[in-house]
Amino acid sequence: MNGYETALITGGSQGLGGALAAALAERGLRVVIAARELTALEAQAAALRQRGFTVHAVQADLGDKAAIHPLAAQAAALVGPIDLLINNASTLGPTPLVLLGDTECEDLEQALAVNVLGPFRLTKAVLGSMLVRQRGAVVNISSDAAVQAYPTWGAYGTSKAALDHLTRIWAAELPESTGVRLFAVDPGEMNTRMHRAALPDVDPAELADPRDVAEHIVSMITDPVRAASGARLEVATWRTRHASAA
Amino acid sequence: MHPQLERRETRLLVVDPRHERIAGRSMRNLPGLLRRGDLLVVNDAATLPASLRGRTAYGEPIEVRLLGPERDGAFSAVLFGRGDHRTRTEDRPAPPALETGERLAFGPQLTAAVVQRSQLSARLVELRFDQRGEALWRALYAWGKPVQYAYRPEPLPLWSVQTAYAARPWASEMPSAGRPLNLQILLGLAARGVELATITHAAGLSATGDPALDRALPLPERYDLPEHSVQAIERTRRAGGRVIAVGTSVVRALEGAFQRGDGALHAGEAVTDLRITPQHALRVVDGLLTGIHSPEESHFELLGAFVAEGLLQQSHAYAREHAYEPHEHGDECLILAGSLPQPSAATPERAAA
Repeated sequence: MNGYETALITGGSQGLGGALAAALAERGLRVVIAARELTALEAQAAALRQRGFTVHAVQADLGDKAAIHPLAAQAAALVGPIDLLINNASTLGPTPLVLLGDTECEDLEQALAVNVLGPFRLTKAVLGSMLVRQRGAVVNISSDAAVQAYPTWGAYGTSKAALDHLTRIWAAELPESTGVRLFAVDPGEMNTRMHRAALPDVDPAELADPRDVAEHIVSMITDPVRAASGARLEVATWRTRHASAA
Repeated sequence: MHPQLERRETRLLVVDPRHERIAGRSMRNLPGLLRRGDLLVVNDAATLPASLRGRTAYGEPIEVRLLGPERDGAFSAVLFGRGDHRTRTEDRPAPPALETGERLAFGPQLTAAVVQRSQLSARLVELRFDQRGEALWRALYAWGKPVQYAYRPEPLPLWSVQTAYAARPWASEMPSAGRPLNLQILLGLAARGVELATITHAAGLSATGDPALDRALPLPERYDLPEHSVQAIERTRRAGGRVIAVGTSVVRALEGAFQRGDGALHAGEAVTDLRITPQHALRVVDGLLTGIHSPEESHFELLGAFVAEGLLQQSHAYAREHAYEPHEHGDECLILAGSLPQPSAATPERAAA
């Protein structure tokens, strides 16, 4: 897959992260999944190993500065230098969601720590290796809340808007000739635990299956022409436009 | 960044053995000192949290310093006695003599047995951990600390001993020659048309406090040379570019690989026991970017393969006179033939002489 042999996926024990781990392992990548809760993470890794894939679990809290280098190094120790980093872990903050003016300062800080600072630090920890090997991609999982001003989505939306812009600036600093690409991906509304926590009344039948979304994201990563570095890609648009490519 | 460590400009001492010149520059100038078609080879080993404190089965305190890479739960390791890095290595009490089979505990989920003792010194052993894979790495990163020495007593965080491009944790000490290579410099090199390639080399300890072991340094060290890098080196040499090693460990690995391959480089993992002396004829590497070394260090001997004795002494005197910082977060030295312009015979200084 584009010569990529290894992937590190944060928030990899369930939902979209779990589906991405499976989709990449099926394509022969050696995968490390990271998350805070070790039990769920190890169960997910064990399930994928059962299918004959190389998948390892590394426990880490992305909001904790001191956890970043240990995560990056353990991942490389287990599968080799990381070619593909998917910053998928995020926090919504406490649910039910509240108006921005009612949001505790600490909850906004926590959303920024996990959704912006964590991906920034982890990207910084693996980007140099990608650069000297002229091979790598970083995918930051975003949201339509980064673009639309939805009431009560203040902490989450602000953090995702910052993540989108971080992606654009990083791509602007790294020409395509470096072989390193970065994008932000809006996966759309999916049937995941996070979605149920935010909007418990939505009929799950109306939501996309994360496995289907993961397949589309994989097709984006492998398409350097239509997915230029720095782009903000929406799965819903990709699905309609490039259905045959998937 | 660590305020004291990083917020100063790294100076670059440039030594040109062809034109017999020495000049003071900054690391910022590095891309401008190289040419399109040159190749910089970096050691991308991450620095292990290689120092573990534990106890023997008899309750005696012990420190082990791991030598990478890990193989199936086993590491080579150097043993240290009571105390920590704040005591000078050579003043540390000797560790208890360990028998083969003796067990060590470093934490609730980190235990090991001595599986082999070296002929070289009772302090050099092979340890096999009871944990494997994910569980071993989790425990090593929970309990291990970077190797440190007495000149810097404050604990160094793990991130502060990594290069920007660190990947697999193989090194016992930071491959520090590459530490000032930040993204600005790496992108500047690429823009200049200087290629980059990697080797992973398990750089070992610079001192153990055991005279027998210290005399034998550097010990045989494992490296992994990717196929991509073999091709880049061959392409560079065919096109007349220069291969510049970042760090003495890269020189040792590449020259060792060439010798081992009987005049050719082969991709893959191997061990180098090559000791590079002034008599060594360099076959792969043309230039070296390294830290500031002094004559009492083992690395200094290797520099003699690049620079004649007289110019080496002058470089050392220049570095001292201009207070170049010698430690792993200090200044740098580029040794490269043709890196500085040839002094013109018409210059007044020359005419006067």
